[in-house]
Amino acid sequence: MEGDTTARADLGAAGRGAGRGEPLLRVEGLAKHFPVMAGFPVRRRVGAVRAVDGVDLTVHAGEVFGLVGESGCGKSTTGRMIARLTEPTAGTITYRGLDITRLGRRRLRPVRSEIQMVFQDPYSSLNPRQTVGTIVGGPMEVNGIDPPGGRGRRVRELLETVGLSPDHVNRFPHEFSGGQRQRIGIARALALNPRLIVADEPVSALDVSVQAQVVNLLREVQRDLGVAFVFIAHDLAVVRHFSQRVAVMYLGRIVEVGDRDSVYSRPRHPYTHALLSAVPEPVARDGAGPGPDGEGGGGSVRERIRLAGDVPSPADPPSGCRFRTRCWKARERCAAETPPLVRLEGDAEGHLTACHFPEEPTTAARGGDVVLDPAPTTEPHPGTSP
Amino acid sequence: MNAPAGAAGTPEPFLSVRDLRVRFSTEDGTVHAVDGLSFGLERGRTLGVVGESGSGKSVTALALMGLHDRRTASVTGEVLLDGHELTGAPEKKLERLRGNRVAMVFQDPLTALSPYHTVGRQIAEPFVRHTGASRRQGRLRAVEMLGRVGIPQPARRVDDYPHQFSGGMRQRVVIAMALVCNPSLLIADEPTTALDVTVQAQILDLLGDLRQEFGSAVVLITHDLGVVAGTADDVLVMYAGRAVERGPVREVLRDPQHPYTRGLLDSVPRLSSDPEEPLVPIPGAPPSLLVPHPADGSRAPDGGGPLRGCPFLPRCAFSGRVEGGDRCRTERPVLPAGRGAACHLTERQRRTAFAEEARPRPGRP
Repeated sequence: MEGDTTARADLGAAGRGAGRGEPLLRVEGLAKHFPVMAGFPVRRRVGAVRAVDGVDLTVHAGEVFGLVGESGCGKSTTGRMIARLTEPTAGTITYRGLDITRLGRRRLRPVRSEIQMVFQDPYSSLNPRQTVGTIVGGPMEVNGIDPPGGRGRRVRELLETVGLSPDHVNRFPHEFSGGQRQRIGIARALALNPRLIVADEPVSALDVSVQAQVVNLLREVQRDLGVAFVFIAHDLAVVRHFSQRVAVMYLGRIVEVGDRDSVYSRPRHPYTHALLSAVPEPVARDGAGPGPDGEGGGGSVRERIRLAGDVPSPADPPSGCRFRTRCWKARERCAAETPPLVRLEGDAEGHLTACHFPEEPTTAARGGDVVLDPAPTTEPHPGTSP
Repeated sequence: MNAPAGAAGTPEPFLSVRDLRVRFSTEDGTVHAVDGLSFGLERGRTLGVVGESGSGKSVTALALMGLHDRRTASVTGEVLLDGHELTGAPEKKLERLRGNRVAMVFQDPLTALSPYHTVGRQIAEPFVRHTGASRRQGRLRAVEMLGRVGIPQPARRVDDYPHQFSGGMRQRVVIAMALVCNPSLLIADEPTTALDVTVQAQILDLLGDLRQEFGSAVVLITHDLGVVAGTADDVLVMYAGRAVERGPVREVLRDPQHPYTRGLLDSVPRLSSDPEEPLVPIPGAPPSLLVPHPADGSRAPDGGGPLRGCPFLPRCAFSGRVEGGDRCRTERPVLPAGRGAACHLTERQRRTAFAEEARPRPGRP
């Protein structure tokens, strides 16, 4: 696909050349409060669900920005606001220097073709009565774009890009498997040569073996076409495989953001830490010597942090730090003061954490993980393998 | 049919499944959802059943519970629970077992609970029914169970309705309901798939604790190899309605023997692997399990499934190494008793093949 260069390629190159100076997308103080109505016969607004409550982020050209968090943390709402599918309550969204937060339909149109979306469910996001050709060609038709060689040819090209046979243009979505449908969704998102794709859980409905195919495809698209992504997912391992920068959300706010390696190997926020430790990894559990993987036993002594309780309701979030109700380090200050999202001492540039009592940066190569609550084994620790 | 039991001379395992087949007739033909499955499970052990969607794992769970509709599904084979035959048993007998000796935890706690009844009533129902306890005793038992599964203030929450609980708490309620009669077999079908990771960890810990406390045998059905790694003693890998590999969890994860298991392990993104390396997917998709109505007459000779040979053949990278050319296509590989894989590769062929096609595994340069 290296030779398959279009205008996209130089855009990607330009983005890389521009470095981190000018972001493609800048989001500031973004918030979405859904009203809670109650009462009879007159329904009144009795409160608000603060789905997103003050999110700042930037995405650079050609970069993959991962947004992780558990259900209800506001990651999808954030994505939908970026794509202007949901109206923000407050905050600004600046795309390529243009404030698009309140742009009207007409003025938004050129922006819409540059910001595309890939949805989670490949079954409900494709019209079952349209052929693949109509679906993928739809964005061009709506925008009145006639690419050189015609729309038909472009559609076939796109199908090839996403690894489908161009001969499938006349088939209907039901004739495809889940993974193939997601490929169709990606082809549709690519139809207008977007600069930014908001992908909301694009692989979570797929089986692992197929999920890997789609993740690899997204990586190819991003590298070859230089498209930037806002990649929303709950699966930390998937996000790690696709993102350059990662933000962790909790109850409508970003609690930690930074370069992937920095966040994953040296998490400073207790929530990030707990989240990482809760991911079950398919690694043999006991310490009976290092496995054939030669991981130095890293997998067998993974730390475990048992978080108590559930995420509180976003309709009535805790004061101060929102994580404090589940945090083992919480003190009075956490309830009184909202911790700002700042760079902590010893962290890499761009690694920001919102916590009053952050975790120690574990600089000792966290190849595997630290041991907080190791599985009860008598075997020695990592590093003992030759 | 070779028995699934381990060493010769051992008595029948607590749960013994032999040559289980589940077929559904549809408008287009017969779907062979489970196609000759055999396994055994002892008390106090957890068997992880792993597979992707459509591999027949949930259909197996429903068959164990006798929950398939007899009008549309044909269930054959043998399911012996402590010596009692379950397949084809009269509904009355199954009713006495279900919720009493055999219980199930479903994936989605919201649909598994009735929105119209308090959780206390729902937990007490099987208890009252199977033990003949009074409703008052049932209520006390419900409070006790809610406490056991870690719901704070159980005496107060017992009168709440399911919608007043969060997802993780609801799953605890479902687990309390399943365990209320001290079942000797618990079937958990994707019990944590609908939950967030931090809550998933809580529920898996809870299931582990409760298994120790109650000494039940657990069948844990999941698509997530990570969940199996942390919870199960043994694992059964399913593909296209068949078991393709079985063994102790540790051995299967460390040294997978079936090309499918290996492919599955390779395609999982891990926190410990190199994120710059592309993932290694299994090409293609699982086969269809539908046998069209015999308009064209060509049914498999054993009168069985849609696939005569190895179901994984179209996606397998190693079939070329099997001696005897066509065996993968024509001969169904048998899953040996104990540790093993249903594959025509010999042990030596497999070792050389897997070593030669070494893939970048986590930690390897």
